[in-house]
Amino acid sequence: MDLFEYQARDIFEKHGVPVLGGVVATTPEEARAGAEKLGGGTVVVKAQVKTGGRGKAGGVKLAHSPEEAAQKAEEILGMDIKGHTVHRVMVAAGAKIAEEFYFSVLLDRSNRNYLAMCSVEGGMEIEQLAVERPEALAKVAVDPIVGIDEAKAAEIVDAAGFADELKAPVADAIRKLWTVFTAEDATLVEVNPLVRTEDGEIIALDGKVTLDENASEVRHPDHAELEDKASADPLEAKAKANGLNYVKLDGEVGIIGNGAGLVMSTLDVVAYAGEEHGGVKPANFLDIGGGANAQVMANGLDVILHDPQVKSVFVNVFGGITACDEVAKGIVGALEILGDEATKPLVVRLDGNNVALGRQILADAAHPLVTLAETMDGGADAAAAKAAAA
Amino acid sequence: MSIYLNSDSKIIVQGITGGMGAKHTALMLDSGAQIVGGVNARKAGTTVEHKDHDGNPVTLPVFGTVKEAMAETGANVSVLFVPPAFTKDAAIEAVDAEMPLIVVITEGVPVQDTAEVWAYLQGKKTRMIGPNCPGIITPGESLAGITPHTITGKGPVGLVSKSGTLTYQMMYELKDFGFSTAIGIGGDPIVGTTHIDALEAFENDPETKAIVMIGEIGGDAEERAAAYIKDHVTKPVVGYVAGFTAPEGKTMGHAGAIVSGSAGTAQAKKEALEAVGVKVGKTPSETAELMREILQNA
Repeated sequence: MDLFEYQARDIFEKHGVPVLGGVVATTPEEARAGAEKLGGGTVVVKAQVKTGGRGKAGGVKLAHSPEEAAQKAEEILGMDIKGHTVHRVMVAAGAKIAEEFYFSVLLDRSNRNYLAMCSVEGGMEIEQLAVERPEALAKVAVDPIVGIDEAKAAEIVDAAGFADELKAPVADAIRKLWTVFTAEDATLVEVNPLVRTEDGEIIALDGKVTLDENASEVRHPDHAELEDKASADPLEAKAKANGLNYVKLDGEVGIIGNGAGLVMSTLDVVAYAGEEHGGVKPANFLDIGGGANAQVMANGLDVILHDPQVKSVFVNVFGGITACDEVAKGIVGALEILGDEATKPLVVRLDGNNVALGRQILADAAHPLVTLAETMDGGADAAAAKAAAA
Repeated sequence: MSIYLNSDSKIIVQGITGGMGAKHTALMLDSGAQIVGGVNARKAGTTVEHKDHDGNPVTLPVFGTVKEAMAETGANVSVLFVPPAFTKDAAIEAVDAEMPLIVVITEGVPVQDTAEVWAYLQGKKTRMIGPNCPGIITPGESLAGITPHTITGKGPVGLVSKSGTLTYQMMYELKDFGFSTAIGIGGDPIVGTTHIDALEAFENDPETKAIVMIGEIGGDAEERAAAYIKDHVTKPVVGYVAGFTAPEGKTMGHAGAIVSGSAGTAQAKKEALEAVGVKVGKTPSETAELMREILQNA
């Protein structure tokens, strides 16, 4: 889960990382009040969106009074930045910046450890720096057991080439950011820019944090509050409430399967089949998981059949642990509950565990909306054809 | 022959008394695997009742520690059905006991825990498969995990995949040929055994004549595997990558299955594999067809 800047700021503050005052606002009035709370002087009004490049897009503006903060908030709220609508701004205290640096620590999948990156040339797009002047970006591997201790922090600031008088305070900030990384179970903590103010303070002026959702589930119940419920798709929210692994996409063929890999593969096979049928596409990703029972299947169908974009549904299950008879019962049960609300054709492909029984249950029910398919490819083709014909 | 697991493998189950542990202990026994006991510190000294492949009753001892279980049973494989909050400690216990192979089935393990286990087992005697994986099956010999043992039997194909159900689908597509070993390495960002590890083992396994490698979006494991194949694999390899239609920035079920920026796309992985001579199928059935041609011409 990616956090908004204001959420990252709050988490930084909680773990002792030096940050400036900041207040989140959803209306110009709140922005005015926020600026007053910060002392009534110069503030920065910053769009809160989970994407880069907001400065260039006009989402960051300086305001010299609470009145002006309200005006700037008015301009920024509702703005579209790379497809993200701005619902909130952060009103942040102004700082007199002397120098801008960069620091991040992230999960390094390839090397199965962590990577710290640091540069004395912060502020710009770090991807650009990495390409154009890789020598200016220090990369230091971090052992997951040892972490960023004093020695590692010293190694990082040395590698980045900080001036001697800055090494100690920057290393201190880096160690606090490492605390954020471990204490909150992040997979990314990035500060760009980390600044030195004219008063000589080191401050994290912006923050990007990605949290590991597995860890949030296991040991951070408080992370649930950080979810951006306002921008969540209503179908995704409903699926999540039912414990389903669902992602809404832009297409016409609803997809239900078991196992992330098979469902991803089903999306592809349906997209290929759609090329032959007027360009119809998969409408969603929905993994009912291993060992799914009838109720889970019914919950899944309920979500998909309420997606107004969906014109047909392809259920593709290979029963490993999941029993095909349970899946079939779930389909029949869901159609009974939905009654006249169910109007979209379903193509069902079952194989594996208890397949004969599963197919028999569907054959006996003989629901007019349900067609059985023999293979995954055949099912995808039939579902795409039905979506195109609808 | 096979890789990592054979009929001599003696398996214990960490979490044998839990719901998942009990269910899959029964299924592993039914496959003919040698399950010799389990571990649960709170139920040490008790036993659990199951049936073997022929339907005869089996009484399995529950030990307090992995070390004790190994000493008493000679176990050399441990399968973990331990809740995610406790998986790290259970895995480290098995590493400390010098268990040669641990298979971590558990889904939802915090990635920092996995990173720590991975760092911990460097230079030690344990290989880890998983987490968040279906485990490993050597058809007709042994099963350490949750792969259905009824799909197909022994044969010349070696299979390595991130995904469980795609493993089953591919075994089903090629059921008339059979498999030497099929290994599901898991869909998390960090896993203990990689495509490359499995490719190396299959290359060295005389029973494996050809290899199916199944990948999916996210990370660069497939690209790295392609580089490895170029220099080290002489056996024919057929590839499949799931997630061509996955949009950027949306996690597709597996914690590791996310396309970020230009990295991790299915297209990039397919191109990397094709560049080193691996034939890549567009769909599971086309992939099976490519493998079928290789086996028939062999």
